[in-house]
Amino acid sequence: MSTDKSKTDKKNIIEISKLNKWYGDFHALKNIDLNVKEGEIIVVCGPSGSGKSTLIRCVNFLEKFQEGTILVSDIELTDDAQKIRKIRSEVAMVFQHFNLFPHLTIVDNLTLAPIWVHNETKQEAREKALKLLDRVGIRDQAEKYPNQLSGGQQQRVAIARSLCTSPKIMLFDEPTSALDPEMISEVLDVMVELAKEGITMICVTHEMGFARKVANRIIFMDDGQIVEENDPENFFNHAESDRLQLFLDQILTH
Amino acid sequence: MSVFDQQSTRKPPISQIGAILWLRTNLFSTWVNGILTFGSLYLLYLIFPPLLDWMFFNASFSFGTVNLFGFDIKFSEAMATNQNCGREGACWPYIYEKLYMYTYGFYPRTETWRPNIVFGLTALLFVIVPLVKHYKHKNRVTLSLIILYPLVSYILISGGFGILPVVETHLWGGLLLTLIIASVGIIVSFPIGVVLALGRQSDLKVIKLFSTLFIEFVRAVPLITILFMASFVLPLFLEPGNNSIDKLLRALIGISLFQAAYFAEVIRGGLQAIPRGQYEAADAIGLSYFQKNALIVLPQALKISIPNIVGSSISLFKDTTLVLIIGLMDMLAMVGLTTADPYWLGRETEGYVFVTIVMWVMLYSMSRYSRKLELRFNTENTN
Repeated sequence: MSTDKSKTDKKNIIEISKLNKWYGDFHALKNIDLNVKEGEIIVVCGPSGSGKSTLIRCVNFLEKFQEGTILVSDIELTDDAQKIRKIRSEVAMVFQHFNLFPHLTIVDNLTLAPIWVHNETKQEAREKALKLLDRVGIRDQAEKYPNQLSGGQQQRVAIARSLCTSPKIMLFDEPTSALDPEMISEVLDVMVELAKEGITMICVTHEMGFARKVANRIIFMDDGQIVEENDPENFFNHAESDRLQLFLDQILTH
Repeated sequence: MSVFDQQSTRKPPISQIGAILWLRTNLFSTWVNGILTFGSLYLLYLIFPPLLDWMFFNASFSFGTVNLFGFDIKFSEAMATNQNCGREGACWPYIYEKLYMYTYGFYPRTETWRPNIVFGLTALLFVIVPLVKHYKHKNRVTLSLIILYPLVSYILISGGFGILPVVETHLWGGLLLTLIIASVGIIVSFPIGVVLALGRQSDLKVIKLFSTLFIEFVRAVPLITILFMASFVLPLFLEPGNNSIDKLLRALIGISLFQAAYFAEVIRGGLQAIPRGQYEAADAIGLSYFQKNALIVLPQALKISIPNIVGSSISLFKDTTLVLIIGLMDMLAMVGLTTADPYWLGRETEGYVFVTIVMWVMLYSMSRYSRKLELRFNTENTN
């Protein structure tokens, strides 16, 4: 890939080192080391319970961790509420179950953070929100409530909502897993568009077609560890570990 | 492969609609239901004819000449007395005679216009709030009403500030006092309840402990105990000469704290119904703790809780009648007070029936209003 070269001299936007997390006695993340460069698209996959969601939820501190360090844009994640809010304004997240705010209209869902966190005026925020809704193809639904929309539309709204604050990094936590099959592609199309625009993305997903198409790197996790990490070509065709080969056999047979 | 014709729509078969069918499915679907239907009809037959006789057919409506909004309406030559009313029917002239007491208590008759304005404002409030629903600055209007209305009402009813003659609280009574206690109790306790509910879910252990202790303590104590404490025990601890804390105020504080604990539990139920994802999404877009609760969590939690909040408010409204035990003259206390008048001895039944009807009308309106609120705020299931 030609873009790969240019990315090697870009600086790290996320640096995770020796990350360990426990839920009670359960060791959920084991010594995770991961650096993400600006503009890089990373896909994280692995069997359920392997810690992939937990990993990306640590990046915006939705999950606390016990050992190790995470640096986002050179800011270290600690308990400091100020720093956490600073990081969260640069890191946006899209959830498996959309998590739109059901008591607000679509456009109000989008303008909430710009108005309350970034002190934009209602007018500015609204204009930007409508532009983003246009971009994800649901401008005409702006005044409806989330539950009046289909799952695919809701997830596109959620993506627009997370773009509203112009984040540097996007985290996707299984964005298509809760969708009916016919709605998956409309969401993936939006994500592919985003990937082309050079925003840094970490996606937890089982959509291998998407991974093959846009990822710079694919990470395979199992049992709380990163087992294998490679570019798409080698990841799918030359799996080094047996565990990855088994996983690929299971998900690619159908 | 088969191809199917488009089916036309038509009305349901005639045997599926109509009055006979309704009777059969709702009242006589099984023989047990049939017996229950007839049993209920018999009970209604036992209760209603005597009740109607007492309330209307044997009752006295000899009010004399009544002036209603400037019109003289003549019911009879002279107003009935306790003697010539008879005992087989209700003596409604008693209620008419004592209506002032039932409404204002001992409030000076020359100052009646003041509570009347407050009653008028209250009615106006229920008209204005739905009207400004689509007005651009509706939040500002509502907020200023929330601040202004109690202030204006207080100044009007209590007087003072060099504008109006002071009316001491021990003169307040009747429906006026009932409404004051109920509305102050509900309005003051609500924000405290919200704070306690959030406190009970807080990550900060001290706040959580304090909230839990307060809620569990208050909920385990009967309201009457709290009223007794506020009115008789508390003054013992305060300095002897310093009896400046008004009896009504002490009762109001007691009632508000009591109700706050109940609201807290009701709202906690609503908070627990909010999915974790809502908190996470609010966190992820960078909202602060205060913003998260004010913009995302509470609007949803309170909406879910509306039926229970109103239910709890209705309970409090009814419980305000307990204040007669500490010597505050609310509407129910007026029954005893007015029938102690030698001229109207023995008319308690009329008094209790009247208070029951007034209470029912107010509380039933409240519960209908809550149903309307629920429907208006329902954005979740508008598919």
